[in-house]
Amino acid sequence: MSYEFDFSFLNEYLPELWHGIWLTIGMTFVSIVPGFALGTGCAIGRLYGPPWVQRIVTIYVEGIRNTPLIIQVFWLFFGLAVLQVRVGPFPAAVIALVINVGAYTAEIMRAGFMSIPKGQLEAAACLALKPSQSLWSVQLPQAVERVYPALVSQFVLMMLATSIMSQISAEELTGVAYMIQSFTFRGFEVYLVIAVIYFVMACLLRLTLLGVAQVSFPRKRRLGTPL
Amino acid sequence: MFGLTIEQIAFIFRGAGWTIVLSLLGFVGGTIFGLPVALARASHNRGLNLVSGLFVQLVQGIPLPVIMFVVYFGISIGGYDVPALVAAGIAMTLYSSAYLGEIWRGCIQAVPKTQWEAGECLALTNFQRFVYVILPQALRIAVPPTVGFLVQIVKNTSYAVVIGFFDLTYSAKVINNSTFMPFTVFTIAALIYFAICFPMSVMARRFERRLNRS
Repeated sequence: MSYEFDFSFLNEYLPELWHGIWLTIGMTFVSIVPGFALGTGCAIGRLYGPPWVQRIVTIYVEGIRNTPLIIQVFWLFFGLAVLQVRVGPFPAAVIALVINVGAYTAEIMRAGFMSIPKGQLEAAACLALKPSQSLWSVQLPQAVERVYPALVSQFVLMMLATSIMSQISAEELTGVAYMIQSFTFRGFEVYLVIAVIYFVMACLLRLTLLGVAQVSFPRKRRLGTPL
Repeated sequence: MFGLTIEQIAFIFRGAGWTIVLSLLGFVGGTIFGLPVALARASHNRGLNLVSGLFVQLVQGIPLPVIMFVVYFGISIGGYDVPALVAAGIAMTLYSSAYLGEIWRGCIQAVPKTQWEAGECLALTNFQRFVYVILPQALRIAVPPTVGFLVQIVKNTSYAVVIGFFDLTYSAKVINNSTFMPFTVFTIAALIYFAICFPMSVMARRFERRLNRS
């Protein structure tokens, strides 16, 4: 094998790489909060809602979880174009990610709600909390704290999944990589570098989200014990 | 049918066939390489532990499309010209062996410690203890998550579209480009994926309930 590695593209295309990195990070963070809210709402709807809400949420969750993200993205992006709705690739990507991660979050949060001991609900009822108060102040914090590691994994997976958004011409990191390799013909080196960048970003995102947990779960911060 | 010709529908289904082929490749390859990964992750040898742990972390921290590209271009700089199926198959094998290895490590470690101790008391060698005592019990625990992961494999083969592999996603994209009926085309594609994945999801859940009951 007489292949000579050449990483000189790194200098030349550094601004483009940074741009791709920021777009990937932006896409991820913009999608996390609405995705979490949608998923939590769906989990509550599936557990406590009227039967028709439960049915709709079940269809939504199963439909999304059993089809690939890329098909959902194509369906949305090209479908909106046919309907004459003009959305850029970035908003389309974010909408698709929110819908996708919402379904996974719904399942995770449902498991979280179901794992809360019955005594907690009874205690809330004894304190004359309304169902909405009990949900917001008693169940939600405990459910989130219990399933937080699973949520973190899901959001890291979502960050990795943004890598296909270049298929609808959102120029995130993988899209930038494709552009660079088509100019330099250094496909292998380019994607090796990209792989390392994604790996570092995945580690950093995990650390960041775990840091958020330390700050936002006071009970855990004070006692340091799992629930 | 739905404004598409029979040939176009058949074209989409031909892509679905290749999706299944790639999924099977990924699962078989993932099983062959995932089992050693699981054993290495569960072993008490520090070196093995470190290497396999690093492998799993790496694969789980890199998006599958990027793995596909690395394999695809990696093969071509070696001077080989192979079809996209081979590159996609290798990438799927890497991907699923890391995840299956991690899943099965959990299953091996979920076998109660007393079983290991009982095996030791019966003077079984390490190998006998593992094959006759631990493995049969770990296998039973492993069925539901493995079937569940099969769904992930089928869905993630769609990423092979980035290196131009002709699968269900690719064929749907081609038909959409020529007819521009995205809702029809991608709904059909989604329904085919759903028809493959949903029964497996249901099965995984049923196996899990059965396991929890016993």
